[in-house]
Amino acid sequence: MAAKSQICSVWLGSETGILKGVSLTKKQAFNFCEMSCMSRDQEVCVMAWGDPHESEVLVGSVNGTVKTFSTDKGIFTATRECGDPSQGRFTGLAVTDSSMITCVESGLLKVWKEGSTETAEVNVGNGVCRMQQNQSQRHRVATGGKENPLKVWDLERPDKPIFTAKNVAHDWLDMRVPVWVRDIGFIPDSDKIVTCTGHHQVCVYDPSTPQRRPVLEAQFGEYPLTALSLPASQGTVVVGNSHGELAILDLRKGLVCGCLKGLAGAVRGLQCHPSLPLVASCGLDRFLRVHSLEDRSLQHKVYLKSRLNCVLLSSRELEVSSEVAFSLNGDVEEVKAEEEEDEVWDTMETVTEKSKKRAAQKDKATATGVDGEKKRKLIKKKVM
Amino acid sequence: VKLVKSDEAPVQEMEQAEGEETEKKSESGPCFPPTFSVSEIKNKQRRHSMFLKLKEEKRKQKLELKKKKKKERKALGDKAPPKEVPKTIENQRIYDETTVNPEDEEVAFDEGTDEFSAYFNRLTNPKVLITTSDRPRGRTVRFCEQLATVIPHAHVYYRRGLALKRVIPQCVSRGFTYLMVINEDRKVPNGLVLCHLPDGPTAHFKVSNVRLRKEMKRRGKDPTEHVPEVILNNFTTRLGHSIGRMFAALFPHDPQFVGRQVATFHNQRDFIFFRFHRYIFKNEKKVGIQELGPRFTLKLRSLQKGTFDSKFGEYEWVHKRHEMDSSRRKFHL
Repeated sequence: MAAKSQICSVWLGSETGILKGVSLTKKQAFNFCEMSCMSRDQEVCVMAWGDPHESEVLVGSVNGTVKTFSTDKGIFTATRECGDPSQGRFTGLAVTDSSMITCVESGLLKVWKEGSTETAEVNVGNGVCRMQQNQSQRHRVATGGKENPLKVWDLERPDKPIFTAKNVAHDWLDMRVPVWVRDIGFIPDSDKIVTCTGHHQVCVYDPSTPQRRPVLEAQFGEYPLTALSLPASQGTVVVGNSHGELAILDLRKGLVCGCLKGLAGAVRGLQCHPSLPLVASCGLDRFLRVHSLEDRSLQHKVYLKSRLNCVLLSSRELEVSSEVAFSLNGDVEEVKAEEEEDEVWDTMETVTEKSKKRAAQKDKATATGVDGEKKRKLIKKKVM
Repeated sequence: VKLVKSDEAPVQEMEQAEGEETEKKSESGPCFPPTFSVSEIKNKQRRHSMFLKLKEEKRKQKLELKKKKKKERKALGDKAPPKEVPKTIENQRIYDETTVNPEDEEVAFDEGTDEFSAYFNRLTNPKVLITTSDRPRGRTVRFCEQLATVIPHAHVYYRRGLALKRVIPQCVSRGFTYLMVINEDRKVPNGLVLCHLPDGPTAHFKVSNVRLRKEMKRRGKDPTEHVPEVILNNFTTRLGHSIGRMFAALFPHDPQFVGRQVATFHNQRDFIFFRFHRYIFKNEKKVGIQELGPRFTLKLRSLQKGTFDSKFGEYEWVHKRHEMDSSRRKFHL
């Protein structure tokens, strides 16, 4: 079990309550679930890394429990009751230095301190769809939901939000544009926040400016955008909608750079790799897909038998693949690779020669054709 | 006149010369110059006749080959190699990785606790509401009526321009388990929305080739009120399983074998063929069947999680023509 969990680089939570680990280099998927479990109320809603070293995964379920899974040991180490199902599902899970932050659909944001049962509570409004933590300033969280505009909270002063977004101006019919924040992302190295809405809009907010309305608003598709992720390279964002369309949007102009193809079902979880240009997507079609952001091609596709809710990418992937390359006799492999390449080039040359020969043959054929015609003309003349 | 004759004569002689040349070529052996193709002849009639000759030759060769093989096979007798199986699209189907393994625990658990579990655990009985798009025309109305005779506990209601999102809560409160909406276009039914009611998935199908009872040849008498048996053929993948269970949950659990009626949903190449028959066993080995009832073909367009909500619902599977239909041998159901 421990060996299996140590090689996994992608972690997924499914609707059946099973935590799945996938190793892309070895092309294997493993199920990690507690023996007694397997019931629908164990359905995984949110997942987060338990610590910066990515050795623990926190899994939040529908029945209000948050389980800690250790990737080194390969077992669930702790379970914690963090609310009850009447409050709604978990919409966000985050970890600060010594405490855990959970948010549920009814708007109750709780900070659970380690060791003590005290919780600091904040009410962020009803109908919350997402709560996300700022990775650079860990005490700041943003929440948003259906008819619940984006609010950024500082947990050290939890009375009032630091920033509340204002709705966009009335549309061309002078009607109020409905608000439905589905997913939130903090842009690194700046104060800006990107959100994607259920009304197929992507909005960028800048709390450092006095403007509370979105700085940029872009539209994509006709279906609700369900997931969002920011890649390592700045200036772009990847969004997915309920029809299985994944798109890369440019945040400077608000235009679509390109679409990632392959998904057949709604995108439930999307995550970009912290350093590599890769994005992992999972959804209702029961597949995990990893696309490359540079050429928008599908790198990996794994069938995992249940509908998937969330995905977590570990930054170890690069290290693992490089380790695999160097652990074997690196030099010998490289030399062999070169030889193979030379062989490939040799074979390539012979192919081109043959094609030239074929072209030459064709020329000859046409020449004979011409001759044939000449022969016919000669025959004619003879008859004449 | 002389000129004309001289033109025609050499042409004819040219043909003969060509014929002679070809004959000579065939006689002289393997190394003759590459022959011109039939398409280079400009005269349509002559080109056509040459093509027919070519086809005739090919057919003769094929028959000869067949005869030869048959002779060899006869001569060898028992030692003959096994007959070659011809390639069909079903044979060459690209293996789908979502094909369900019957012993898979995870899939079994998933199916045991999904939206249809209430039906399969015998907690609910099906009750179907059949309706159409607004202002249906004759064919669709008759189709709905015939469907209602085929599916037990089905009720047809006129759609008075009501919004489906408002119809659904009312159906739920009245204990319906399925909502079937037949969409009509140009006086012909062309779509089907099948919504499993408490909070179940909604499937949207394209309907084609609808044959009503009047148009069926050699049909039997009208179906009786007995509960038919259900046959689901060839739903192998995970998506196919979901759709198959959707169809199974339309009918009550225990079929009345007295009625000798059977409804078949046969999936082939992603098309689902619906047939309704009455069977009779003549003796232990022979069965006679009579087709009753309407017949139609369905093709799945999308499967949406949750009740009907085409704008804001989440789709479990959407048919994307350019991505999914690129290979002739890849099927999803």
